Amino acid sequence: MTENKTTLFYPVINPLECKACGRCIAACPKKVLRMGEELNARGYTFALYAGEGCCGCCNCFYTCPEPAAIEVRKRTED
Amino acid sequence: MEQVLCQTKGLYRDFPRKGGPASTATHYCPGCGHGVIHKLIGEALADLGLQDRAVIISPVGCAVFAYYYFDTGHVQCAHGRAPAVSTGISRAQDDAVVISYQGDGDLASIGMAETLHAANRGEKIAVFFVNNTVYGMTGGQMAPTTLIGERTSTSPHGRDPQECGYPVHMCELINTLHAPVFVERVSVSDIAHIRVARKAIRKALEIQRDKKGYSFVEILSPCPTNLKMSATENAAFVNEQMEKEFPLGNFRDRSEDATPIARAQSVYAKEELDRIFDLRAENTAVPSVDGVAGGNAVRLKIAGFGGQGVLSFGLIVARAGVAAGRHVSWYPSYGPEQRGGTSNCAVILADRRIGSPVIEQIDVLVAFNRPSLERFIGDVREGGLVLVDESVGAFEAPAHVRMVFAPAQRMAREAGSPKALNTAMLGVLAACGDLGLSDAALDGGLLESFGARPKLLDVNRTILTLGKEWGTRHLA
Repeated sequence: MTENKTTLFYPVINPLECKACGRCIAACPKKVLRMGEELNARGYTFALYAGEGCCGCCNCFYTCPEPAAIEVRKRTED
Repeated sequence: MEQVLCQTKGLYRDFPRKGGPASTATHYCPGCGHGVIHKLIGEALADLGLQDRAVIISPVGCAVFAYYYFDTGHVQCAHGRAPAVSTGISRAQDDAVVISYQGDGDLASIGMAETLHAANRGEKIAVFFVNNTVYGMTGGQMAPTTLIGERTSTSPHGRDPQECGYPVHMCELINTLHAPVFVERVSVSDIAHIRVARKAIRKALEIQRDKKGYSFVEILSPCPTNLKMSATENAAFVNEQMEKEFPLGNFRDRSEDATPIARAQSVYAKEELDRIFDLRAENTAVPSVDGVAGGNAVRLKIAGFGGQGVLSFGLIVARAGVAAGRHVSWYPSYGPEQRGGTSNCAVILADRRIGSPVIEQIDVLVAFNRPSLERFIGDVREGGLVLVDESVGAFEAPAHVRMVFAPAQRMAREAGSPKALNTAMLGVLAACGDLGLSDAALDGGLLESFGARPKLLDVNRTILTLGKEWGTRHLA
């Protein structure tokens, strides 16, 4: 039954593809993204997800200029 | 159960054409609007099932490499020429969804004329006009859309309208035209604007899917690198300053009323092309005989006033050469006047392939008037032939050339066809023997030139014979 299901949204960030422009951070209504300090192999810092709080709006995906840097998924569990 | 809510569509996952150590990343700067727009267009093409019909025209500008990314057909074209190339593809390939992706320098500066004319013709193309107020690829120079007072590398004190005019408003200009179906200005500054832009891009592509005509979407876009701003500063610049100059909104949507454009199907079958260009199969693919090294070549220069038959004389000779299985070139040079200007042409008949149709040393000069004679006689080689109409009057021939004064005009007039003076001259030339062409070959040249008009063919055959007889009599 639906009332027993929990739905979890979360972004999947590919650290290698992030160029650290910060557009996703500005676009996130839940403020659950931030810029990390570590550098990726291409020399950029990259966005990090707080681990919870994503509402699945996909704002970060649409505002990100890089095709492979971020996507949003949904997990439904009984 | 896990489900992907949103991921990139319509673009490749890896970009091998780009190559290099980061072949999964775009070449665009951090925070660039192009990547955002690419993703929106790619998604719409994929969702609408249009990838296999899509031909994206890559511009000159940062997006010149759009063909690295989109999983569609592509043509990259010269600066500002995307509307012309799009027109060609759209008309030749009726089912194609043609996308002209252009920046402000490309579209609104060098490409302004073609942009407006393509819009005015209502070409069946979607134009995505990315306006970021600067020339990005070349280093941030002032563009047609640079704001008043905006500093760029070529307006270091800010754009001064006294010197450089005012920002160009493309949507407004295009909206003055009758034909466009859809005109909208959107922005990808931030997510709220991106959601609106996404709809406009889809709409523009749906219009192409349905073959309804011209759609134009101007997209205000950030360029953090050249504007020397962070992504958030650039978003504010677009929202607060660019939008003031370039107000967002839909200018026109006639997609409901527009009917699909129906054009005749293009046919590229060889038989059809042969018919259009009147190429008869029995005339084609006659193998030219390659002579031995050092084989003979005859270089003719024919010159006179426009209207004296200078170019057609050259054509008849060249066609006679073709009839004789020789390599030929015919290279005309003439002024803008249909009648009365000067004109000349160079003809080469050779046993071997011709490297250049330009003649420096003349073997045979045919001059129909005195100015032409004086202009070219210095280029005639030693022992060369100079054939002129007697009307040029007394002229002292240089010792090293053979000079023949022929009454070509008189012969043609007396034969009742004064315009055929060139054919009379050709008859005389044939008698001189310098062309090395048989009578049959010359007749082949006449046939090719006049075959469609039997009366003219007969007249010219007669006059060619008259000229030849005159030559044989007087030059023996």
